[in-house]
Amino acid sequence: MSSVVIVGAGPAGIRAACTLVEHGLRPIVIDEARLAGGQGYRRPPPALSLDIKRLMGSEYGKYEALHRDFDALHDKIDYRPRTLVWAIDGNMLYLISDGRPSTQTFDKLILATGAMDKVAPLPGATLPGVFTLGGAQIALKDQGCLIGRHVAFVGSSPLLTLAAKQYRQMGAEIALIADTTPLKNKIRELPTLAKSPRTLMRGIAYQAQALASGTPILSGVTSIAIEGATRVEGVRVTTASGRERTIACDAVALGYGLKPETQLADLAGARFAYDALFNLWLPVTDADGRAADNLYLAGDGAAIGGADAAEASGALAACAVLTDLQIAVPISTMQGLRRTVSRLRAFQRGLAGAFAWPRHMIRQLPDDLTLCRCEDVSVGDVRTAMRREFAPVEINRVKAITRCGMGRCQGRVCGPALQEIVAEAAHCSGTAAGRLRGQAPIKPIALAAGSEP
Amino acid sequence: MTRLTVDAAVVGGGLIGTWTALFLAKRGRKVALLDKGYIGAQSSGVNFGNLRLQGRHPAQYPLSMRAQALWEDLENLIGDRCEFDPTGHLYCAYDDKETEALHHYAEVSEANGLAIERLDGAALAKRFPWISGKAVAATYSPRDATANPRLVSPAVARAAKALGATIIENCRVQEIVARGGSFELRTETELTIDCGQVVNSAGAWGAQIAADFGETAPTFPAGPPQFVTEPLPYFLRPSVQTIDGTVIARQIPRGNVILTGYPRTASDPVANKAPVPPFKTLAGMRHLTALIPKLQHAHVIRVWSGIEAYLPDMIPIIGPSATTPGLIHAFGFCGHGFQIGPGVGLCLSEMIIDGTTPTPLGAFSIERFRGDVAASEKFRKELTRCRSFSRNCEICA
Amino acid sequence: MPDHRSGQMRDTVGRVQFHRVAQHASRPVSISFDGEVIATREGESLLAALLTTRGSLRQHEFDGGRRAGFCLMGACQDCWVELADGRRLRACTTLVEDGMAVVSQVRQKGDVA
Repeated sequence: MSSVVIVGAGPAGIRAACTLVEHGLRPIVIDEARLAGGQGYRRPPPALSLDIKRLMGSEYGKYEALHRDFDALHDKIDYRPRTLVWAIDGNMLYLISDGRPSTQTFDKLILATGAMDKVAPLPGATLPGVFTLGGAQIALKDQGCLIGRHVAFVGSSPLLTLAAKQYRQMGAEIALIADTTPLKNKIRELPTLAKSPRTLMRGIAYQAQALASGTPILSGVTSIAIEGATRVEGVRVTTASGRERTIACDAVALGYGLKPETQLADLAGARFAYDALFNLWLPVTDADGRAADNLYLAGDGAAIGGADAAEASGALAACAVLTDLQIAVPISTMQGLRRTVSRLRAFQRGLAGAFAWPRHMIRQLPDDLTLCRCEDVSVGDVRTAMRREFAPVEINRVKAITRCGMGRCQGRVCGPALQEIVAEAAHCSGTAAGRLRGQAPIKPIALAAGSEP
Repeated sequence: MTRLTVDAAVVGGGLIGTWTALFLAKRGRKVALLDKGYIGAQSSGVNFGNLRLQGRHPAQYPLSMRAQALWEDLENLIGDRCEFDPTGHLYCAYDDKETEALHHYAEVSEANGLAIERLDGAALAKRFPWISGKAVAATYSPRDATANPRLVSPAVARAAKALGATIIENCRVQEIVARGGSFELRTETELTIDCGQVVNSAGAWGAQIAADFGETAPTFPAGPPQFVTEPLPYFLRPSVQTIDGTVIARQIPRGNVILTGYPRTASDPVANKAPVPPFKTLAGMRHLTALIPKLQHAHVIRVWSGIEAYLPDMIPIIGPSATTPGLIHAFGFCGHGFQIGPGVGLCLSEMIIDGTTPTPLGAFSIERFRGDVAASEKFRKELTRCRSFSRNCEICA
Repeated sequence: MPDHRSGQMRDTVGRVQFHRVAQHASRPVSISFDGEVIATREGESLLAALLTTRGSLRQHEFDGGRRAGFCLMGACQDCWVELADGRRLRACTTLVEDGMAVVSQVRQKGDVA
């Protein structure tokens, strides 16, 4: 029997596994986390007294169904939690689990590696108390903790209001919701958003609740700075009307939408193309998720589409695997999945258009601002290096010369902003600025892991 | 079309090419340096950064010593230190047989004017307490050093340009036409160059140029598997190497420990790819912790390799073409070109301007590949067996 | 330039960053931070255990500032802490274990370990 490996046990990975099992396969499911669910549908530790039903709100039904279906697979799949795939060489995956290395070959590989927050550097963003928006939600779901008592939600994302709602429910005071997106942009994208009316209504409902509770909601802010000497003390914004406001808070959740985790796809040989709407390099796949020979991508790790699209695209990638293995899958099933994925991803593109990455703002960031959190490289360091003769003009060369993106996270955090700074300094497009190449190990691995037999 | 007439054209803007351009420009010669991509983008920019003098090929010492003097004067020469650091180099042996080889290398070094300290196991443990008891002896050379390879070629290019050199990136040379004592270089751009002499410093792409002039250079493209750790408290002052080549490591003052080591890995100059097989990374992790046990808790954060040209006898080609007067080759540096780079540039400039160089380079002539070539044991072990990327390769285990 | 004393001072005046709104009904686990014992529960992440008792996790290697993690999902690598036994752990993805002795990574550039 062919060995099909799924990396990632979020909604895409789980639905891929379910589909393969339904057709008689026994996939290997490798996941870094202790518990399945991915980030959005993360399952709290069993002993945590958290009202997950209330926290998940309208999404609880899907959350519950996903976990129930995955639990039912337990003797039908080879599930390997707490396992990092740190490198890929041909059809061999290199793994580390509990500090021990191993390898796993595959005939077909489905990568469902999910996404992380896309962030832009801000003054004060390295202060203790600043977390990503996704991180703020994980603190709650995974650990039953609030990131602060008076929390500001800033960036450019519809999830700002959702996370704020969850935080308010759990007892936090919402200091501020500040969005760099002008209100008119959101209105402009309404026709696109209306393609998924339920999601649109949820967004409007969150916003209305936040307004009703007296939380300041600012659309179209033109600058955001986090204040504080050694910790977060407030957020200073310039409003759409040009007024400067400083609002006290003790924590900040920061997010500009999501960014696929594509490091493994890169190592596995996926092709990438620059997407001018998301301002990101995204892997290229066919409609069913095929990215290269024996390589399939699903979920937010392939294209941002949200949890529902992740479930559908996971099932679809599994159907593609089955088809390529000459196992019959009803055409209607695949067509239905394709329609769902395509509709939901189009909706997300609409959202990305409405809640735009503030490209212009990022390109104008001041020189003294920290760009690379790992290596402490400032925006000015990059600009200075690029102004020299025989200076780097391509992003990987910029990284080599300045160390920006060279640290522990390998440019996951600073990459999108670095792309803008490089494009601006080289007077070129995002495409021409180049793409930060992924290198193994995709996450730090202890030297001791090489010592085991 | 643009035509440019110069005294000498240099093809390939790595270390060798930029240093040659610098020394030619310094003596008032009109020089044009062309690169198909960017200055220092290939192995010149991604190598380990070792300025190692211990354990070099005996024929290379005069060149190496001359080069080291230039490195030590780097700031005066190009106005940039490029993180040059006289760290010293510790060469370690794991058993008596290796110790014997170590002492043989030390004698060769000393005969060439290099000061070497011999350390037995006890002295080693006292002076470098972080080293494993597995190391039974070492030699220490204080004059060995390190520098940041990513910074050097662009800095030398800047200095050369300031002295009048013409340096053009993204300009692939398509054809070199020899015309009785002069050359015409046709490029993929509008530019054509006329010149009296040509330097082939095209690295892993150099053998093709030689072949165009009827000369054989059996190069094999490969690169060292390298990795770097997260930043750690600074403790590793000298660069450290085991004589079996499994560990070549150094720590930069920022705290990252960098490892390279044999065996090398095949790379692909056509696709411009230099993958690091993960099993080699695991082997490197194992070898490094065997030598420096306290590093076991450090994390590897990135791996990389490069595209270097290797030759069967593991020494480079440096010297005039055997078929074409006015053409000089300098490529195939077998992974140890960084240290001798400035020396090679100086010697080539002397050959071009004075017709000869005081540094003996006879051993590096391309003519040696006319007849049967004896592959060095090192080349045979490292490269021929690893060509297939096999993870079952016995020397990788 | 990292400064040993100011690094420690900053941390002692820091407030608690995380606020627990759900309890772990699990076995007590005892860890420590620079010698100070911290009572935690099985299932808590090292990051949550530390940030519910202090304002930050570590001092950054290069900018000298304190850091308290960022993405909390194992991606940004900004929450690595060191234990007294030399082990280095990513606090957001590591669960507490009895006896974990975290030491703040305050050190001066050029310190010889």
